[in-house]
Amino acid sequence: MSGLLRICTAGSVDDGKSTLIGRLLYDSRGVYEDQVRSVRAASRNRTAGPIDFSLFTDGLRAEREQGITIDVAYRYFATARRKFILADTPGHEQYTRNMATGASTADVAILLVDARHGVREQTERHARIARLLGISTFVLAVNKMDLVDFDRAVFDRIHGEFARLVDGAAVHAIPLSALDGDNVIAPSARTPWFSGPSLLSYLESVELDRTSDNSAFRLPVQLVLRPTHDFRGYAGRIASGRIRAGDTITVWPSGLTTRIARIVTWDGDLDEAFAPMSVTLALEDEVDVSRGDVLARGPIHVSRRFAANVVWMDERPLDPGRPYLLKHTTRTVAAEVDRPLKLNDIGPITVTTATPIVFDGYRDNRTTGSFVLIDPSTNFTAGAGMIAHALDEQAESSNQTSASARIAQAARSAATDAEAAETVRLMLEEILT
Amino acid sequence: MHGTFVDEPPAAADVRLDHLRALEAESIHIIREVVAEFERPVMLYSIGKDSSVLLRLAQKAFHPAPIPFPLLHIDTTYKFREMIEFRDRYAAEIGARLIVHTNDEAIADGTQPFAVGTQRCCGLLKTKALLDALQDGGFDAAFGGARRDEERSRAKERIFSLRDARGQWDPKRQRPELWHLLNSRIRPGESIRVFPLSNWTEIDVWHYIHAEQIPVVPLYFAKERLVIVRGNSLIVPEQPFVPLHKDERLELVKCRMRSLGCSPCTGAVRSDADTVPQIIEELVAARHSERQLRIIDHDQDGSMELKKREGYF
Repeated sequence: MSGLLRICTAGSVDDGKSTLIGRLLYDSRGVYEDQVRSVRAASRNRTAGPIDFSLFTDGLRAEREQGITIDVAYRYFATARRKFILADTPGHEQYTRNMATGASTADVAILLVDARHGVREQTERHARIARLLGISTFVLAVNKMDLVDFDRAVFDRIHGEFARLVDGAAVHAIPLSALDGDNVIAPSARTPWFSGPSLLSYLESVELDRTSDNSAFRLPVQLVLRPTHDFRGYAGRIASGRIRAGDTITVWPSGLTTRIARIVTWDGDLDEAFAPMSVTLALEDEVDVSRGDVLARGPIHVSRRFAANVVWMDERPLDPGRPYLLKHTTRTVAAEVDRPLKLNDIGPITVTTATPIVFDGYRDNRTTGSFVLIDPSTNFTAGAGMIAHALDEQAESSNQTSASARIAQAARSAATDAEAAETVRLMLEEILT
Repeated sequence: MHGTFVDEPPAAADVRLDHLRALEAESIHIIREVVAEFERPVMLYSIGKDSSVLLRLAQKAFHPAPIPFPLLHIDTTYKFREMIEFRDRYAAEIGARLIVHTNDEAIADGTQPFAVGTQRCCGLLKTKALLDALQDGGFDAAFGGARRDEERSRAKERIFSLRDARGQWDPKRQRPELWHLLNSRIRPGESIRVFPLSNWTEIDVWHYIHAEQIPVVPLYFAKERLVIVRGNSLIVPEQPFVPLHKDERLELVKCRMRSLGCSPCTGAVRSDADTVPQIIEELVAARHSERQLRIIDHDQDGSMELKKREGYF
């Protein structure tokens, strides 16, 4: 077993998430003695046992003062079998965006549930976000089992409820006490009725759904490298699939076809490369390729209009009357949407871009199927989008207003004059280019 | 328009990247994004092990083209002599353009940690010098080798860390980073700090140095050095102003540096590790974090977070 496992954790406030992670880090020696000492010194006022494990992960002063996790914290640990990157995401609803951030790159989600309370609204919400972001492997950590006398019936009931929630996903449920360490690293004698592996053993051995390894080749071009007159290489990271020198590929959106002449790396040319490697490709023909183009094999979508699920992360609502910047793979374009969303809303919307983008459905490809929406007046990353499917460009809404009306509306909705000027400039730029 | 191409059955995949190559690929992607989207990037070069890895990743990212940005070293003048020798030799060897910047005014005023305290000394010789150098160069993106596993406020850092016109960090105003989509939008005067090694750990860095045979400063390897033994710290007295307290004397101790900074403020650790594999072995058994011996991390509560807010890396 080798490789990297990316995990995200979620659960309601006070389900003991930070305690579980602290325990995992401490027992797998992912934290050091001086960090333990500084945590011991700061453990007063908080009631998580002799060492408050949550202080390992709550790194900001405001978090320590308020006793809650505000921001995603990334933690790293390794065992002899695997390296782990763990995104510890906040339970408070107002920080749902961080849950989405943690889930966006995760292979596995650990969802914590307090055995006394069972599945709650926040559990459902987090499970839904994780599922939406493409996670298909869940660990259901039923925590605080010590407080329900390690009652198997309680565990089985929660397991059943949760499995219905994430229909179609793999669920591995574990009865735990994060505080006492039951089933965290080693199997617990207090759950003789549970025959599954401990949390750590499970994470060490879980086989991932590697369907993206088998999917079609995609490489969004990041840079064109031209160090000399006789070399032109296209640098980028392989989003999915594999490629061999001599393979035929298509450049999108132009649709021109050519073959891979060389796969160039600092360590020498390769015969074959695969996701998620960063490589430079030299092509056989002098075709026009620039940043934002996608080199691909197999069917792909090229469209200005598509349906997507969007998680809205900004206090300022998504406004159908304003233009946004949409960053998708290595291409940034102006975009509009058909309906509003408020902070923490997750909704299906229709997106129309100023110029076509080259994409797959998010279900098929997390890289070429995802995008972010950036508010051009604040530059904040305001929305996280997952493409559902392409839509007919001709079927744009019939009540679409004129460009001038849209510009006027955008200018009126700006908070300041400077913002209005910038918004108008951007919209004009889009229209004129 | 739906572009389609002849459907091919995908080949079965049996290969997967080991975790070091996965980290390498991710870092190269980040470095390339910055060069594609910013006008004037620069790479902070601290001469330490993380910088050495960062530099190798930059070479790989643009091969066969040269590294398309300069390196910047903020020289407090209190770095170890061996670091400066290594810096000049290595930069020349790989053909990199190196900018060295020092806050000469503060040095002329006699700024040193024992005279003004560590907080003020860092503020003038590192943070101010860095902000001035970034401004002088008109740099809008600065790569740094910081890792999230180093310190708990760094665990909260983004890969693209937005800084205001004074280089300051606001942890509550951070932009969400989803998937591998990095938001490069900044206003005039703002800049970003970029941390391509965000997801690396100290052991990953050493494994990579070993796998790639990357040269590092000899101070990382154990040998007998003349040091002041002060409690648990071993101080290398390179600077004449480092005081020798009563009952202290210089002792010959086999030791090495786990992290490199300014000589008066960076302690050595007792060690026999004089090869990279031995260092890795030592780290696997280690019970203390690498920054424990960095005095500047512990001079007040939430010390790193406050320094970062002021513009430190």
